[in-house]
Amino acid sequence: MQDSPDLGDRGGAVCVVGAGASGLTAIKNLRELGFAVDCYERETSVGGAWNWRHDRSPVYAGTHLISSRPLTEFPDFPMPDTWPDYPHHSQVLEYLERYAKHFGLGEHIWYGMEVKSIVPVGDGRWDVTIQSTGGGSSRVQRYAAVVIANGHNWAPVTPEIPGDFTGQVIHAAAYKEPSRLRGRRVLVIGGGNTGCDIAVEAAQHATRVWHSTRRGYWYFPKYLGNRPADQVYHRRMSAWLRDRRFRKSAADLTRWGVPAPDHAPLESHPIVNGLLPHYLGHGRIEAVPDVTRYDGASVELSDGRRIEPELVITATGYRPRFDFLAPELLDIDEDGRPDLHLHAFARKYPTLAVVGLVQPSAGLFPLAHWQSVAVARWLRLRDTDPEKAGVVQKEESQRPLASWSRRKVVPTPRHWFEVDHVDYLKAVESLLTRMETAK
Amino acid sequence: MSALLRFEDWSDPVPAADREVVSQLPDDDQGRPPLLFVPGLGHGAWAFAEHWIGHAASRGFPAHAVNPRPGGDLRAQAHDVVQTAAALPRQTVLIGHGTGSRVVARALGRYPARAAVLIAPVLDGWAALSAALRSNPAGTVPALFGGRLKFSGRQLFGPDLPAEEAAAHLERIGARPRAELFARDGLPEPVGGPPMLVVGSPDDRVVPRPALDRAAARYGGAPLLFPGMGHYLMLETKWAEPIDAILDWLEKELPPAG
Repeated sequence: MQDSPDLGDRGGAVCVVGAGASGLTAIKNLRELGFAVDCYERETSVGGAWNWRHDRSPVYAGTHLISSRPLTEFPDFPMPDTWPDYPHHSQVLEYLERYAKHFGLGEHIWYGMEVKSIVPVGDGRWDVTIQSTGGGSSRVQRYAAVVIANGHNWAPVTPEIPGDFTGQVIHAAAYKEPSRLRGRRVLVIGGGNTGCDIAVEAAQHATRVWHSTRRGYWYFPKYLGNRPADQVYHRRMSAWLRDRRFRKSAADLTRWGVPAPDHAPLESHPIVNGLLPHYLGHGRIEAVPDVTRYDGASVELSDGRRIEPELVITATGYRPRFDFLAPELLDIDEDGRPDLHLHAFARKYPTLAVVGLVQPSAGLFPLAHWQSVAVARWLRLRDTDPEKAGVVQKEESQRPLASWSRRKVVPTPRHWFEVDHVDYLKAVESLLTRMETAK
Repeated sequence: MSALLRFEDWSDPVPAADREVVSQLPDDDQGRPPLLFVPGLGHGAWAFAEHWIGHAASRGFPAHAVNPRPGGDLRAQAHDVVQTAAALPRQTVLIGHGTGSRVVARALGRYPARAAVLIAPVLDGWAALSAALRSNPAGTVPALFGGRLKFSGRQLFGPDLPAEEAAAHLERIGARPRAELFARDGLPEPVGGPPMLVVGSPDDRVVPRPALDRAAARYGGAPLLFPGMGHYLMLETKWAEPIDAILDWLEKELPPAG
């Protein structure tokens, strides 16, 4: 008599964690290479960060893309060409929902299921423990590979500011719509894209707006003439010419008290906001330096000034979190920073990868697409031609970091995963080519 | 593999344009992939609407035909096809005819079609041109100098099609050829590795048999042939034979899930 098959063993199937943009493209590209896929999504619908009904979504009512359509869409599934250059977040969600439906991804997604742990079982395979989001019993499934696509913009980083504040303090993650700002004195802390966007929204609704930034960034407009600025930057041109274009088109905000950048244009994540200079110039936003402490109703600034906002919004970013696995699997250091080849492949576990953990200078979706294509091809190559896979792995492990990661960036957690859109795609392209041609 | 670095699409995206789409849906949705027919030079979606679209719908396939923007170059036409395909609810089967096959071949470098069918494909413009010069020199030569390409019934249709029907179709067919539709440059590898079928007739006076064989070989197969038919298989008296064969092939290649 034959043994009954182990229901928990999914054989050659791949487990994908999360059904946001990165998870969806991972499912699609793995399926395209013939893999069975189980995707676990803690929410009851797709879209991840872009689905603002989700607990962990950082988007607010006024969120629009900051990279234009052609640089944001999945390369094999364009957004409608009748959409605006910079679609609204609700359109991005609609796009992801259509992508999932178009490619029939829904039937591979288990909604309302959270991954609790991922443990290697020694032969390249993984035991994944899943539990319904609301609790209840858990089960363990065994997979040939795991692709983590849990996003990195949902666990807020809150600044440690000494003292007590009697006003209200929220993180940008909790900011949803401008009625919260109406008629109030607002301090926005953080010079990233979110901080600048919220400062601009506050300028339109609040009675007074302070915008506190620690360092100067390069502030780029959304349009150069009538063209989306990123489309002008992404012409085929040499690096020095691109650098020159960046420098020429960036806004100099120093006359309004914003610090000058202390780094080259692409050494920090680009800030894209054409309205910030507008509202600074109209006196609706007042640039202020770093916050040093809270003191009752006051906030003390590093230049000694005191201001009295009613609401403080800390737009101080997010950190990646991988609570479901042992840190050493992704070579996570004590600061919480994973060390992955191409920010995607676990260095010691060839069947473990992370998709979407990059901060590109243009849209994320194309990079997540090509990362997942590379992961799928890599897993397939391990199956079909282990010898060739070994050669590719050896060559790839010798690829210098500087060839795919920006050589020099401002050394903050904000820039852990910063990559240049073009350089990064070149690196992935070379990996894909090597997988095709390696002897 | 599609190109990762797409500077042209990033920095100079094809602008939006109106696209006429003719559609016929089956009475009940059986979950089959939609078909998107792409006409080539000289005809429009109407050529598929005559017989094929309705027939495909009656066999359970949502069927659509798109007229890419008039005057658009190959890149713009491929863009129109990809945009139309991506707007359909399910992963789409692309079916091109004549130079429309060249548009489909280009679109396949961008969009992972569920499957693709190239009918009487003009992938090698030089072969089509020399065939046209042989079978219809008086109608072809003026087009070489920017004039109108004048087709003849004998050139486009098989002997079975009644003369008055052929004449009525010819009234509607005709265009100035655009150079790049006849170019010989390389076409991209189809993304996603879709099943591919090349269909034609050994008696086609526009696409000679060796060109059909080469097109099929390029996509890893042999052509499915319908002797006795002309270039416009969808307008012939026996129009049902090729479309039924195509739908049979799709049913075999794309069995329903589950």
